[in-house]
Amino acid sequence: MAGVRALHMDRPRPSPFAKLLDLHWPLLLAITAIASIGFLMLYSVAGGNLDPWAMRQIVRFGVGLVILLVFAMIDIKLWMALAYPFYGVTIVLLLVVQFAGRFGKGAERWIDLGIIQIQPSELAKLALVLALARFFHGRSFEDAVKLKSLVVPLGLIGLPVALVLMQPNLGTALILCFIGACILFVSGLRWWIIIAGLLAVAGAVPIGWEFLHDYQKQRVYTFLDPESDPLGTGYNIMQSYIAMGSGGLFGKGFLGGTQSQLDFLPEKHTDFILPMLGEEFGFAGCTVLVGLYALVLLIGFTIALSARSHFARLAALGLTMNFLAYILINMAMVMGVIPVVGIPLPLVSYGGTAMLTVMMGFGILMSVHVHRQSDLPRHGGLAF
Amino acid sequence: MATHNEREEYERSSAFTRRALLLGVGTTALLGGLVSRMYQLQILDADKFRTLSDTNRINLQLLPPPRGRIVDRFQVELASNRPNYRVLLVPDQTDSIDMSLDLLSHFVPVTQKMRDKVKREARTKSGLAAVTVVDGLNWDVFAKINLAAPDLPGIVADVGQVRTYPFTDQLSHVLGYVSAVSENDLKNRDDGDPLLRLPGFPIGKNGVEKAVDRPLRGKGGVRQIEVNAHGRVIRELGRTEGKPGADIELTLDMDIQRFAQERLKDESASAVMIDVRNGEILAFVSSPGFDPNEFITGFTQKRWEDMNADPLKPLLNKALAGEYAPGSTFKIVTGLAGLEAGAIDGNTRIRCPGYMKLGSHTFHCHRRGGHGAVNVVDALKVSCNVFFYEVGRRVGVDAIAAMAQRFGLGEKFNFEVPGERRGTIPSTAWKMERFGEGLLPGDALNTAIGQGYVTATPLQLAVMVTRVANGGNAVIPHIVRRIGDGPVAAPLAPPIGIAPSSIALIQAGMDAVVNAGGGTAGRSRLTGEGMRMAGKTGTAQVRGAKSVGGTAKGNGVPWHLRNHALFICFAPVEAPRYAMAVVVEHGQGGSKAAAPIAKDIMQRALERLQTPGPAPVASAVVPG
Repeated sequence: MAGVRALHMDRPRPSPFAKLLDLHWPLLLAITAIASIGFLMLYSVAGGNLDPWAMRQIVRFGVGLVILLVFAMIDIKLWMALAYPFYGVTIVLLLVVQFAGRFGKGAERWIDLGIIQIQPSELAKLALVLALARFFHGRSFEDAVKLKSLVVPLGLIGLPVALVLMQPNLGTALILCFIGACILFVSGLRWWIIIAGLLAVAGAVPIGWEFLHDYQKQRVYTFLDPESDPLGTGYNIMQSYIAMGSGGLFGKGFLGGTQSQLDFLPEKHTDFILPMLGEEFGFAGCTVLVGLYALVLLIGFTIALSARSHFARLAALGLTMNFLAYILINMAMVMGVIPVVGIPLPLVSYGGTAMLTVMMGFGILMSVHVHRQSDLPRHGGLAF
Repeated sequence: MATHNEREEYERSSAFTRRALLLGVGTTALLGGLVSRMYQLQILDADKFRTLSDTNRINLQLLPPPRGRIVDRFQVELASNRPNYRVLLVPDQTDSIDMSLDLLSHFVPVTQKMRDKVKREARTKSGLAAVTVVDGLNWDVFAKINLAAPDLPGIVADVGQVRTYPFTDQLSHVLGYVSAVSENDLKNRDDGDPLLRLPGFPIGKNGVEKAVDRPLRGKGGVRQIEVNAHGRVIRELGRTEGKPGADIELTLDMDIQRFAQERLKDESASAVMIDVRNGEILAFVSSPGFDPNEFITGFTQKRWEDMNADPLKPLLNKALAGEYAPGSTFKIVTGLAGLEAGAIDGNTRIRCPGYMKLGSHTFHCHRRGGHGAVNVVDALKVSCNVFFYEVGRRVGVDAIAAMAQRFGLGEKFNFEVPGERRGTIPSTAWKMERFGEGLLPGDALNTAIGQGYVTATPLQLAVMVTRVANGGNAVIPHIVRRIGDGPVAAPLAPPIGIAPSSIALIQAGMDAVVNAGGGTAGRSRLTGEGMRMAGKTGTAQVRGAKSVGGTAKGNGVPWHLRNHALFICFAPVEAPRYAMAVVVEHGQGGSKAAAPIAKDIMQRALERLQTPGPAPVASAVVPG
């Protein structure tokens, strides 16, 4: 024990300036490149105007960058110490919107803080990653892989999932499950438990179907056969196909997408921004974007693998998986691989909350990178 | 402890590394899946989606061509198009139809009725289809609205084209009128022309407008436009010009037409004049007419009912749909039947004591004391009934019917103006079919003088006299002379196969009617050089008049029961050029009511031969 402590004493805390130098610059560059593609598309959506979307998105990205840098400077020990409180606060917020939603119209998912609105369900993704990382960090490896020790993590996952489902927000609930499953997977869960779990999920799908709202079921039907109702619910997905497909290899050119410029493509500044990119820049443009995303994911993996503490590793990987979940769900949705669930394309789609949450996630990821050499005590809260 | 911890730490970090790498493989696979889906959509299926994208955005818009004009033989415009200044409303471009109409009412009165109509149409049409608020505006009002239109949400000032008929009611029964394609038209008259599916596209509903509708219509142009998802036009991508409708030239001479119409004014009457050489119609009048412009601008329910209730029947085209007993004009046919059958010849004299007995019936001549012994020329001159009773008795009804048919009676001519009636020429077969019994001996006598079952239209009577005048050539009447640049060939006019001597006798009889002393139309003689006119009077009993008693000649008889007056004629006698039939309903006597009118019209036509040229455009009142 003393030795561990001594290690801490030996290593001087790096100055904030040194930390800035130690930032993962390729990651920052890749993020900025992806966001710039978004600016370009938002400029095009407005018919070649910075208003009303592109300029605001640029400002938001700037704010996001500041948050990222601030988060990156925060010591990883503090993040671990904040993990449970942050989780607790998020659960409370979810309860608040649930409660307030009864007085609002329909699905009330927002909390208005005056200056910014936040969506607790977005925060829940970050909170879940940190809480699970914190939990497994404190468990011994023997414990972590056993079935009985799953009770707490499943509870940690289940609580926000249940609250988000009540909103109802199926997309976010699925992302929370996905993140949770990934963290359980990399924390060394036994294979037979994993396989049993997958079978259980497969068995639960038909039961879960019964609990879906009509509009959610409709989305699934539409997904299965979009051309059955081309002017109704299948319209979006058909127009999305047409926009993507008609782009061909190199696209119709910047500002030249007829599907998007003539308004056939719905929601093209938010969830359906990829088809717009596909239409104007073609397969080439889409591949570049996927390549940039892949680069970010790769950097996420390397950060996770090079971190010294288990908390940092798990947090980095969870955040990377969160980012992956956005990309997969959004792209698969607009290309008709899965039903339409309202998930934006991270860093590209117009929208404040998603942008800020994603940048917060990268802030924590960056913090893991900056503090990759830090050791963390098993059960420690704050131990400076 | 530390060793245990370190070993454990190593275990879980290497487990993490293994599992993380597995996740990395999974991530790569999933991203690869996304890219392959992109490849499928954007490379493999790109052509299909490109086509779909084009069908999304490209719309074809049909451009209606201007309708062809209709002119007379001297190029006088009889039907043309004029700009129609109108105000449209596009419901999608305004938040409140009421507000837009309120603003519009500063320029032009907007009635509650107009409001209701606009709202009703706005509901039934798609929001982007323009609804007509008001049309037929004058230029001043239109210009003001046009200037203010940018400040009137949804209001569009638009110039359309509307059909106009400068001669109003003088040509109504020739030209007919146009109006918007109806459901019925689409069912019955669909010729595959896409223009018919254009809402409100005008097509000919009657007269020449209907008969030559297809060439008048022209060919629609096509505009390729790019539209956005809301249907708004973004730009024009291409345009194929259509072809304007062909101009139609009629055989009419508007000068004669107008003169004839004026002459028949206030009568329920008709007149048809034909060029005996080729069947060209010079004048075609049914009086009273109606103003076809009213069908364009629309009229009230009351006006429609009034027109239908008018005893002078302005909506009926009497010249080809009015069926009248031809009366004595039919004696020409009876005479020819007798001559051709050899039952009489030019020298055959038949004594007229003023009546003829057949069985228990007595058939009267109109002259109580009789005409004495008359030959065919005399009989025509004085219109002796007994002479023709005897001819009828000798040749029989079927011979008369066959002769009538050769002169166009009981026939249809496939005339351009729709609505021809066939009339009735009785024969044995006809009576069997119609009444289930054979002819009675009396039927032959009645038929011989154009009474009984015989009926004919003025057009048929004109054709009959035409064929007599031209020496027995079966000319067909026609009124369309040229379609666009292509002259319309006159239908063939083969000889009917009547001996010239027979025709000559009939012509001589008709000459005597007008020009010999004691002829029934002696007062309607034309005296000008080369204007000698031959004719035949006729007086036809009105069906049902007998029950009132007598021959319904007197002025004391109610108008609607008075006899019809007929006159057929041709001129000049020496070298016949024009033939004509005039029928004046309830005119009481051919020589009194019909012949004087015919004389004036014929004189006008013959004078025109000396000074041909376009008729000066009348006091052409353009409505609206």
